[in-house]
Amino acid sequence: MWRDLLLVASKDLRIEWRSKVGTGQIAPFALTVLLLFAFALDPDRGVLVRAASGLFWVTVLLSTVLAVQRSFAIESTDGARDGLRLSGLDPGAIFLGKAIAIVIQLLVLEVVLAIGVVVLYDAALGGALMLLLTCAFATIGIAACGTLYGVLAAGVRARETLLPLLFLPVVAPVMLAAARASEAALAGSAADGWPWVRLLAVFATIYAAVGTVAFGPLLEDG
Amino acid sequence: MSVPVVSFRSVVALVDRFPVLAGVDLHVEAGEVVLLTGANGAGKTSLLRAVAGLLPVAQGEATVLGHDLVADPRPVRRLVGFLGHGSALYGELTVDENVRFAVRAAAGDVARVPAALERLGLDGRLAAVPADRLSAGQRRRAALAVLLARDPALWLLDEPHASLDAGTRAELDAIVRDAAERGRTVLFSSHEGGRTHALATTAVAIEGGATASDDRYLFIPSGSLDVPVGGPTHVA
Repeated sequence: MWRDLLLVASKDLRIEWRSKVGTGQIAPFALTVLLLFAFALDPDRGVLVRAASGLFWVTVLLSTVLAVQRSFAIESTDGARDGLRLSGLDPGAIFLGKAIAIVIQLLVLEVVLAIGVVVLYDAALGGALMLLLTCAFATIGIAACGTLYGVLAAGVRARETLLPLLFLPVVAPVMLAAARASEAALAGSAADGWPWVRLLAVFATIYAAVGTVAFGPLLEDG
Repeated sequence: MSVPVVSFRSVVALVDRFPVLAGVDLHVEAGEVVLLTGANGAGKTSLLRAVAGLLPVAQGEATVLGHDLVADPRPVRRLVGFLGHGSALYGELTVDENVRFAVRAAAGDVARVPAALERLGLDGRLAAVPADRLSAGQRRRAALAVLLARDPALWLLDEPHASLDAGTRAELDAIVRDAAERGRTVLFSSHEGGRTHALATTAVAIEGGATASDDRYLFIPSGSLDVPVGGPTHVA
C-alpha cells in the first residue's frame, strides 16, 4: 500500500514538475483571481481585509478544480487509464497517491496566495499555528474530495464542466470552515477558531476514508 | 490435466448494453501463441480486453490463470501484460522512467529494464527522451519494452505490429517466440497475414457481428489447429 502510494505520488509530482502547468498556468490563474477580487472590492479596503479569508479559500477551490482536472488528464491520454487499471496498483493507494500529489501542489500554491493576500489586500497574517493546521486539514479535505470526484468525472465525456458542478457544492462545508478558522486566526481569537479546525480535521478524515474505499469502483466504471 | 491459461465458455460482454462479445468459447493452454483474426469490429480487441479483465464479463464462465473474471477481474491484471492501441505512456516521463514505473507498479524486477530497452533499441540516448517526443513507432517499442521487462505469464497483444518498421517487426516476432519458449502464453490479434500465421501455434477466426444470433464463437481445443502460412483455419 505505502509502496504503491509513494510510486503514484512521485510519478504525478514528477510529471507536474516537468510540465510546468502548476507554475505556468494554475498559479498565475489563482493570482489573477485574487487580483480581480481586489479590483472588484477596491473602493472599500475594509471589506477586502474582512473578506480576505473567504476570498483566499474561494481562490484555492477554483485552483483545485484545475489541479484535479490536470491530475486525471494525464491518465486519460494514450491508454494511460487502462495502464493504471492493469498496473496491479492498489486502487486505494492510487487515490491516496494522487491526493497527496495534489495536496503538495496546493500547499505550495497557498503560500503564494498568502503572499498575494498580504500584498494585494493589505491583510496581516497572525495565529500561525491555527493557520497552519487550517491549511493542512482544509487542503487534505479539498484534495481528497477533488480526487474522488476527479476520477468520477474523468470517465464521462463532459468532464471539464461536470467536475466543478460535482465538486464545488460538496466541498462548500470545507470552504466555510476553513474561512471561519482563518478569520479567527487572523483576528487572534483562538477560542472561536479551534472548533472550525476540529471540523476540518473531521472532513479531511471522512473524505480520505471514503475516497480510499470508493476510488476503485469509480476507476472501474470510468 | 493442467489448468488452462484462458478458459471462456459462453462469455458475453457488453459495452453500453451492446454485446461486443456474444457467447465466446475459448480455451488456451500455457505456452500457446494464439492468433485472433477477423474483420474490423469483429470483437478481437473486446476479447483481448475481456481476457485482461478490463471488459466486464456479463454472462458465462471466464477464468484466466485460475482467477474467476466474473467474480473479480482485478487479481488477473497484475499477471497479464496488455499492449492495446494506446501505448499507456506518460508523455512527460522519459522512456526509462515509464518502463520502470510500469515494472515497479506490477511488483516486477527493475533489473530487467535495461536489457528490455536494449532489445527494443531504446537504450542510450533514447532512454532519456520524454515519451511525448517519440515517434509512434518508438512509443510502440517503449510499450513493448514494458511487456518484455515485466514478462507476465500471459501476453495480450492487440495489433502488435502496427506502426513498427520491418526490423522491429522481426524483433517482435523473436520476442514472442522467446516468450513462448519460456512458457509464457501469447494471445494476439493481427491483420498482418503470413507473418503472424507463421508465428502462431493456434488461430481463432472471429467474424460477423457478435450480435447476430447465428454467429457463434466456437470452442477450439488446444493444439487442434495447425495453421499453415497463408491463412488461419476458419471457424464459424
